[in-house]
Parts: sequence; structure tokens; C-alpha cells
Amino acid sequence: MGKTIAEKVFAAHLRDTPSPTNVVLNIDVVLCHEITTPIAINDLVAKNLDKVFDPDRIKAVIDHVTPAKDSKTATQGLILRDWARRHNIKDFFDIGSNGVCHALFPEKGFIRPGYTVIMGDSHTCTHGAFGAFAAGVGTTDLEVGILKGVCSFREPKTMKVTITGNLPETVFAKDVILNIIKQISVNGATDMVMEFDGPVVDQMSMESRMTLCNMAIEAGATSGICMPDRVTAEYLWPFIQDSYATIDEAAQDFKKWHSDPDAIYAKELNIDVSGLKPQITYGYKPDEVKDVAEMEGTPVDQVYIGSCTNGRIEDLRQAARILANRKIAPTVRGILSPATPGIYSQAMEEGIIKIFMNAGFCVTNPTCGACLGMSNGVLAEGEVCASTTNRNFNGRMGKGSMIHLLSPLSAAAAAIAGHITDPGKYI
Amino acid sequence: MRNFTGQVLFLDRNDINTDEIIPAKYLTENTKDALKSHILEDLHLGGFDAGKDIAGKKIIVTKSNFGCGSSREHAVWVFEVNDINVVIAESFARIFRQNMFNCGMLAIELPREDIDAIFSLGQDTVVSVDLGKNLITAENKQGSSLSLTFSLNEFDRELVLAGGWLAYADKKY
Ligand code: SF4
Repeated sequence: MGKTIAEKVFAAHLRDTPSPTNVVLNIDVVLCHEITTPIAINDLVAKNLDKVFDPDRIKAVIDHVTPAKDSKTATQGLILRDWARRHNIKDFFDIGSNGVCHALFPEKGFIRPGYTVIMGDSHTCTHGAFGAFAAGVGTTDLEVGILKGVCSFREPKTMKVTITGNLPETVFAKDVILNIIKQISVNGATDMVMEFDGPVVDQMSMESRMTLCNMAIEAGATSGICMPDRVTAEYLWPFIQDSYATIDEAAQDFKKWHSDPDAIYAKELNIDVSGLKPQITYGYKPDEVKDVAEMEGTPVDQVYIGSCTNGRIEDLRQAARILANRKIAPTVRGILSPATPGIYSQAMEEGIIKIFMNAGFCVTNPTCGACLGMSNGVLAEGEVCASTTNRNFNGRMGKGSMIHLLSPLSAAAAAIAGHITDPGKYI
Repeated sequence: MRNFTGQVLFLDRNDINTDEIIPAKYLTENTKDALKSHILEDLHLGGFDAGKDIAGKKIIVTKSNFGCGSSREHAVWVFEVNDINVVIAESFARIFRQNMFNCGMLAIELPREDIDAIFSLGQDTVVSVDLGKNLITAENKQGSSLSLTFSLNEFDRELVLAGGWLAYADKKY
């Protein structure tokens, strides 16, 4: 019987089978940030278990609120920083080198095909773009991961999502995943790994694949996952060139993880994107999705471009296509938060930061900030934000506010128009 | 093991998310107790008043996809520090469900008919969960009662008996 990629990764990491339907996996990388890790550290210290299973396989970043906004967030940073030092965790990213975890860690080459990855953050599914099994977990799972390098899961069921057709010029990975969530609902993939496959995914950059996998959790999925291929090998090349003679050889080796043709899927979905239009959320759930055209004219107070979903270089380039030589509407506050310092400096070199600033955007340092309503752009009651983030829950970016999730191109168009509008008008 | 008996708090909606259970702004707290008064603070549910409706409640009965969204275990701890150790729902989001068992608490899934049956008992219903017999009994003030069987994943049961995943894993791995 054939296996899915998730089943292959599970089999390669099996540590224990505590019941017929549960497995305990060895974890390759445990990722940490300053919001969910300090309380895990405090608990481990209190229980006299202040140890780490392997400092080289733990990576940590201060990203959610940075620079610290108050004493409490400063203390969270302090706890993480002290812990990283005392356990000799070398891959620790603080002010000056920090950025949004799910953009930063891939950029550093920490995620490889076939890896198991956990983090105390639901959007850890992003890393599945590399052909890894990557799952968001709670604090207790994180504690056990830090201490023992293991994590428990139910046996993986896989939902295969095959994406075919040709992406129209104004339609991106963000629009595709919003449309998929609309089709299957916020719990359409609960307890499943969403495997993204098909010619459209094959042609996508790693950035786009990360956008796709990033929002798998919004459909309830345990992880998103893509087949690692030449695109993956090219992205990872600086980190793997000692292990392979050529990029092609690496790509060939990655094939061992690919799902077998006779693998068994719990669910299948086919989506042809040729006729897809730019998508947007209209309510407080990520499956409440419409065509942007159906929301035409909806005024926005703020446009936010950033986050682990869409704060990468290709996202900034798309937005800049529309923002170049234009000014944002006087009624709009535009905020750009490049997801990592690497992306920030690349955007500077390409003149993109200038384009944003000339258009009237405020450019912040790399951080999660406004995405979860903690800093750098929290909304007032009744305000509306067009946002490239991934979650539109009621109150997420500020009590009583409304978030419309959309692509960077559509967000840029909204910033110029002052309201939701078809980005095609500006291209 | 924890106490799995008490008065029911009915939350009549699907897809209640972690931001509604405990808003992100409280994630800067470094103790569980600091979360206590913020339980369900941002819950959007007609007529629900977190200030009044939670007092004395020990068991939550709700609809589908409970706990969707963030991985924050704070959503479980805020129940724990309010002495709520059981959530009974039609279905759960994976991470929330795992967090419950990881803390030695119960996340029990029941078919919709059973959930509806408990709902129909109305306010002032007391539920008790017998883990040994896989039995839920519910009784309201008027004396109407029902018994429902449930099934639990064997490993999840072990976690509850062990007092959570950290205690279990520290011994075994
Ligand atoms: S950018 Fe937003 S969704 Fe992504 S990790 Fe940060 S807070 Fe979470």
C-alpha cells in the first residue's frame, strides 16, 4: 500500500505507539517565540526540569512584540533571552536580527524536507511548504518537545488538494487558499494534513507555497504540506550544498518523500484556478470569503501589509507594482511590516521601501505586531482594516474592529482607493 | 485526577475560537492565575455575559469546532483556573483538544443528538462524567435526567489518568 508524504515522515520519526491510533514522533526542530515559550520555561523551572533535549535543534526568536512595548512584554523577552543563553541555544534571534518566526526560520535554512517541526504557534503549518510535517502545539507539547524532543499526534489522515489551471494576473496563493477555506469551511480539514499538489503548486515559489500552507490551520488542518522539488532545493541550496553535488541531485533525493501514486487519502479536493478572482473575507471567520468585486466600495481605515502569511519579498513586490508613483488615500493609514530583516534589506535594495514610503506608508521593523492586535497598528472600535494576515476573528486586531483578509496586491489597491476595490484597475 | 462533576455552562454556537476564550492581549501574562477574570471575555454570543453567567459553572457544553484558532494553551488554563475541567462538544479543533488532555482535562466529543439532548435540559443542569464507565449523566432542577455513553481515545484517557502529558512523557521518554 502506498504512503502519503505525511505518512512517510511519520514512519521515519516514529518513537512510540502509545495506542493503536496515536504515535509519538521524534522532533527534528523545536521552534520558540516569546509569547508561548516563557510560561513553558517557568513551568519547567518550577518542576525542576530546566533542561533542553538538544540546544542545536531548538531555535528561538522574539518576534511578536518587538521592541518590547511595556514591562510585561519586556519580561517575556528577558525570560526567553536568559533561557537561550543558559542552555547555549545559538540560533536565538533578538532585536536587529529578529523577524516573524514563520518567515525567519525558513530563511535561515532550518526547515528541510522530511523534517518534523513543532512550535507553540498555530501557524507552524507554514513550514510544511518544505515537505516537512510542521504542527502548531500548545505549551505542554512545547515543554515536552524542549525537554525530550518528542511530540504525540494521532495517525495522519491526509486531504489532497490538487490545484490546476493558470493563475490570472491578479490572483495569488492567498486568493487560492482563501477560496479553498471557503469551500471546505473552518473545520473542513480538522485532524488532517492538507497536501497541496498539482501543476499550479509545482510552479509556485517557496514564498507562495508558504502562504498556501500558512492558512491550512484556518481550515482546521494539523499541517499543510507540499512535495519538495527543485524549487525547494534551489531555495535551500546555500544550506545544503555540502550534502549534494548539484541542485538537481538534491531535488532527486527529495523525491523519496513524495506521496506514492497509490497513497490513500481521507478527502480530495480539486480546484481549477483559471477563473478565480481576487478573494477577500467579509466576516469574522476565515471561511467567510467573497470575490473582492462583491465588496467594492467598502471603506477601510487601515491597510496592513506584513505577517507570516504575506510579508515576504514577493508580496512586497506585488504591492509595490500598484503603489509605485501613487499616493494612498488620505483617509487610509498604510502600514508595511517586512517579515524579516533579510526581506527588509532586499526591499531596500530593490527600491521597494522607497515606493511604500513615497506612497504614504509607515514602514515598521519586522514583527507580528498588529496581526494579533498587540502593537504597531491596533485598531479602534468600529475601524476596518484590509490586511494581508491570516486571521479575521472578532477583536483580533483590536476590540470591535473588522479585518478583511486579502492578497498584498488587493491590499495595495485598497490603500490607493481608500476602499476595497478590484486590483486589476491599477495594473 | 480532577473533579469532573458540576453545573453546566451552555455555549450555543459553533466555531468558538481561542481569541474569544482568552484575547491575545492577555498572552503577556506569565502566570495562569492572572488569566482568571478574563475568561470568555470576548465571546460573541447573544445574551451572554461573562461577568454573570460563569459563576459556579464547572462544565462547558457547546457545539462544533470548539477552540479553533490559536495554539495558546491559555485557552485551557483560563478554564482550569476557573475550576472548569471538562468541555463537551460536537467537535474540537485539534490543538485545543490536545491541550486539554495534555493538562489532564477532558474534551469529550458527542454526536449532535446527544449535545442537543443536554441542551434541552436547560439552565441549572448538572453533569457528571464517570471516566471508568464512559458515562455522562445530566440532570436538571426539575429532575429530568439522561445518561449518555461516550468513547475516549485510549491514549487521551491515559493522559488524564497520568495528570497530563508532561508527567506521562517525563516518566516514559
Ligand atoms: S504574523 Fe500573525 S499569524 Fe503570523 S506568527 Fe505572527 S501573530 Fe501569528
